[in-house]
Amino acid sequence: MPPTDTTPEKDAAPLRGSAPGIRFEKVIKRFGSNTVLRELDFTVAPGERVTLIGPSGSGKTTILRLLMTLEKPDGGLIFVGDDPLWHMDRGGKRVPANQKHLHEMRKRIGMVFQQFNLFPNMNVLRNLTEGPMRVLGVPRDEAVERAKGLLDLVGLADKIDAHPSQLSGGQQQRVAIARALAMEPQVLLLDEVTSALDPELVVGVQDLLRDIARQSDLTLLCVTHEMTFAKDISDRVLMFDQGQIVEEGPPERMFGEPSEQRTRDFLQAVLAT
Amino acid sequence: MSEVLDGYEQWLKGAWLTLQLTVYGSGVALVLALVFGLAGTSRHAWIRVLNRVYVEFFRGTATLVLLFWFFYALPLVGIRLNSTMFAAVLALGLNIGAYGAEVVRGSIKAVPRAQYEATIALNFTPLQRMRRVLLPQGFALMLPPFGNLLIELMKGTAIVSLVGLTDLTTVSKNLQSSTGETVASFSLVLVIYFVIAQILQLFVRFAEARVDRMLGRRPSREPELGTLAAGAPGAGVAS
Repeated sequence: MPPTDTTPEKDAAPLRGSAPGIRFEKVIKRFGSNTVLRELDFTVAPGERVTLIGPSGSGKTTILRLLMTLEKPDGGLIFVGDDPLWHMDRGGKRVPANQKHLHEMRKRIGMVFQQFNLFPNMNVLRNLTEGPMRVLGVPRDEAVERAKGLLDLVGLADKIDAHPSQLSGGQQQRVAIARALAMEPQVLLLDEVTSALDPELVVGVQDLLRDIARQSDLTLLCVTHEMTFAKDISDRVLMFDQGQIVEEGPPERMFGEPSEQRTRDFLQAVLAT
Repeated sequence: MSEVLDGYEQWLKGAWLTLQLTVYGSGVALVLALVFGLAGTSRHAWIRVLNRVYVEFFRGTATLVLLFWFFYALPLVGIRLNSTMFAAVLALGLNIGAYGAEVVRGSIKAVPRAQYEATIALNFTPLQRMRRVLLPQGFALMLPPFGNLLIELMKGTAIVSLVGLTDLTTVSKNLQSSTGETVASFSLVLVIYFVIAQILQLFVRFAEARVDRMLGRRPSREPELGTLAAGAPGAGVAS
């Protein structure tokens, strides 16, 4: 169910509206002989915030990587909005997507990585402007203004000239979030964005993401082991195991009274750590 | 010794030719290294084949034999190179370029895959990925081995003494035979090669310092293995 509170706050950075939904239809992904996703079906509504939980190797991150076109599916269809991601229509037939189609589809999607993946050969400003200028064709002045606005949003306006190597992990992740938002994605993928951070830095990044989720109507897919954060940010939680959805529901029910034993075992194990 | 030093004009001319061969040869080698090294990272197999053919052939042939081939054999099949200097630059450039191509290919491959994935997430085109992210970061990894190859090429210029060019080695041989000062002649030429190598190394260190600044790293006196992992999480994080 899409969120009802999509009104940006006064000081919010300009974020895009009317996000597309996502649909997986019998998606298969194998790595060698290991089948990670087995004919997976699920749908994310436009503007919905969904958290994927489950043990390591259950296929959560693979779902994000398929959506970001970092991995290619071995079967099935993935839709972002009304358009297939990995396929295109040619002469009335559905054929594998070419680079041009993938380039168009990627414009809708942004991703924040566990290890930040900032470009160390660029300072913070260039990390934020390079994509908008080179890929979206945004004029330099506009790209710089947008970058400054986003750095304000993530609380790092004073680090505009710093290099990634001069920032702490938490600061790097904030810049990475700003960099993803600078491309004005409609779908934002968060892949264990706080897992690589020191405990005292986790809360700051989570608060930032809560603000962004509140102020925008991005469709959001999040993989995390931080259950409190998942509860706060999600409209719906999907529990994965062995490439299949074991259980899904609103966070209150999923974390309060899960119906499946597998979910209960997983939550018990995570909360015990 | 003084007789050997009296021939300082010859030494200067010889050193100048050695430097010219080094500069022109390294220019040719750099272009070939970049072209064929990047070809080696292509996702198209036929482009990668070009890299393999070039690298395996020119890395596997002796520079001296290549020079003899350009100098003596090529005219017999109807192709005469303009000058001996040109033949020498080509032989040196082709040989060192083959080693350089492997350095370029290896350095690009050594840029963390996460960086490549970030360029996809930002929707860069393949050209933008290479131009904006992979090549600049790969360049930091290329510099130390490039420094080695540059010095290797400079020392390799001595082969031109066998096809009639008057470089440092030729000068030392000429002075040795005219003065009979064998120890002085060959000691002095050793020292001159060593000094030129140190000057070239200074240039490489200067370039490394610039790359350190580009990556926001404090220049170190000696390159550390750990700092080469550009883009590795937490690399050089300020404490």
